[in-house]
Amino acid sequence: MEFFWLSIAGLATIAVLSFLYNDNPLYKIAEHFFVGIAAGYVVCTQFYNVFLPNLWQPLTSGTDYWLIVPLLLGFSLFTRFTQSLGWVSRWPMSVIIGTYAGLAVTGFASGDMALQIHASLIPVFEPTAVTKFSTNPNVTNFLGIFDNPLFTIGLICVLFYFFFSIEHKGGYRHVALVGTTLLMIGFGAGYGYTVMTRIALLFDRFYFLFVDWLKVAS
Amino acid sequence: MGQSTLQKMEKMDRRWVFLAMAIAVAFPLFFKLGLAPKTTPPVRAFYDYIESLPEGSLVLCSMDYDPGSKAELNPMCLSVLDHLMQRKLRVVVITLWSTAPAMVEGNVNEVCRDKYGRLYGVDYAYLGLKEGREAVMVAMGKSLRRTFPSDFYGTTVDSLPIMNGVENYGQFDVLINVSAGYPGTKEYVQYVTSRFDIPLLSGASAVSVPEYSAYYQSGQLRGLLTGITGAAEYEALINVPGLAITAMDGQTMGHFVIIAFILFGNIVYFMTRRNRGRS
Repeated sequence: MEFFWLSIAGLATIAVLSFLYNDNPLYKIAEHFFVGIAAGYVVCTQFYNVFLPNLWQPLTSGTDYWLIVPLLLGFSLFTRFTQSLGWVSRWPMSVIIGTYAGLAVTGFASGDMALQIHASLIPVFEPTAVTKFSTNPNVTNFLGIFDNPLFTIGLICVLFYFFFSIEHKGGYRHVALVGTTLLMIGFGAGYGYTVMTRIALLFDRFYFLFVDWLKVAS
Repeated sequence: MGQSTLQKMEKMDRRWVFLAMAIAVAFPLFFKLGLAPKTTPPVRAFYDYIESLPEGSLVLCSMDYDPGSKAELNPMCLSVLDHLMQRKLRVVVITLWSTAPAMVEGNVNEVCRDKYGRLYGVDYAYLGLKEGREAVMVAMGKSLRRTFPSDFYGTTVDSLPIMNGVENYGQFDVLINVSAGYPGTKEYVQYVTSRFDIPLLSGASAVSVPEYSAYYQSGQLRGLLTGITGAAEYEALINVPGLAITAMDGQTMGHFVIIAFILFGNIVYFMTRRNRGRS
């Protein structure tokens, strides 16, 4: 029985990969199956893992009657489907948007902005890096001396690139150019990481096909 | 090189690239390369932090990924759980991704119950999914019991001995997040570490790492595992070789093919341009 389900998964994998050769009915079938099953899975998971334990069971057991409020707000979202009562759905939407906006603002301000700015305020020259190199002279420690100066120069140049109040001409153009170059290096690294993720996915599928399913490799 | 050959190369069917990539990535499954990963500082920091925890420390693991990112993050999830069990730490596992519960349950059982024979409810617990993203993260800071009234199997958390005295993040020694995106490490940094006093370790898919590296540099993350490479490094560190180390061979071969095609494409481009200039 296990081999049967493995075969279903294996055939579905081949059907999806067949798109790389050309668009074909096999791929379309797999795509439609995937969308349908994924939607059904999410609905069931939400119902049994969220709706029942978080709302229905505490309400029906009488442990938390306040949950009637989110229940009513939740159901009122469905009034969007009627023209006469559609306005009611704005109330739960306002609660959702207000809550998440409040969370996002405070979260970004305290977690991202303040702490990242604080972490960027480093001394341009770090004497301990020189001491580290003198006690243990190797390439890594030598390059470590340039960490802080490079970071500071890079930060200023990238920020300057987004500073549009001054025209990027003459000397300013060179500063902005350094900023652009650093940004390109950053995007390149980001793209490299993305490729890495995709190759990992491909390897995982091949591992499943050749090792788990067909058992022709190890 | 003739004009016609260059034109053919310029218009090469992209399916040759797919085929070359497929052969390269699948090659190590049949012929092992056995490339050993070198430990990078963020992975070492992750490992050292776990090593520094005394036996019996309580760890909260949020495994936030889906089958789409399983290739990268499942080996990471397994090796992190393995290390926690090796160190005899107590583990409470949750997830905020609706497609993760069954997958994570399999991992928890495989490592904690089957491999190490730990007792459910005493040494480890799996609380399953809670929908609500950032709201759940913040709610756990107030009351974990109210946020997760029952575990994955429907047992009330009050009846689990591991949850005795646990009210919020304050009782956990560290929070580990295996993250494929939203909600994940970024949100834990923004809503949890900045508000509640709990150190955060992250294992993330490679796509997210350029963003999360800034958090590691600023000290908001105590350690960071980077995609399949990070998982491979971690497997090597804890001496439990798994899928990630095998996958690194495929990864290396794949990278060689990409570099080869980039060089090939550039050579063809410049040769074509030179030929056009002459004519």
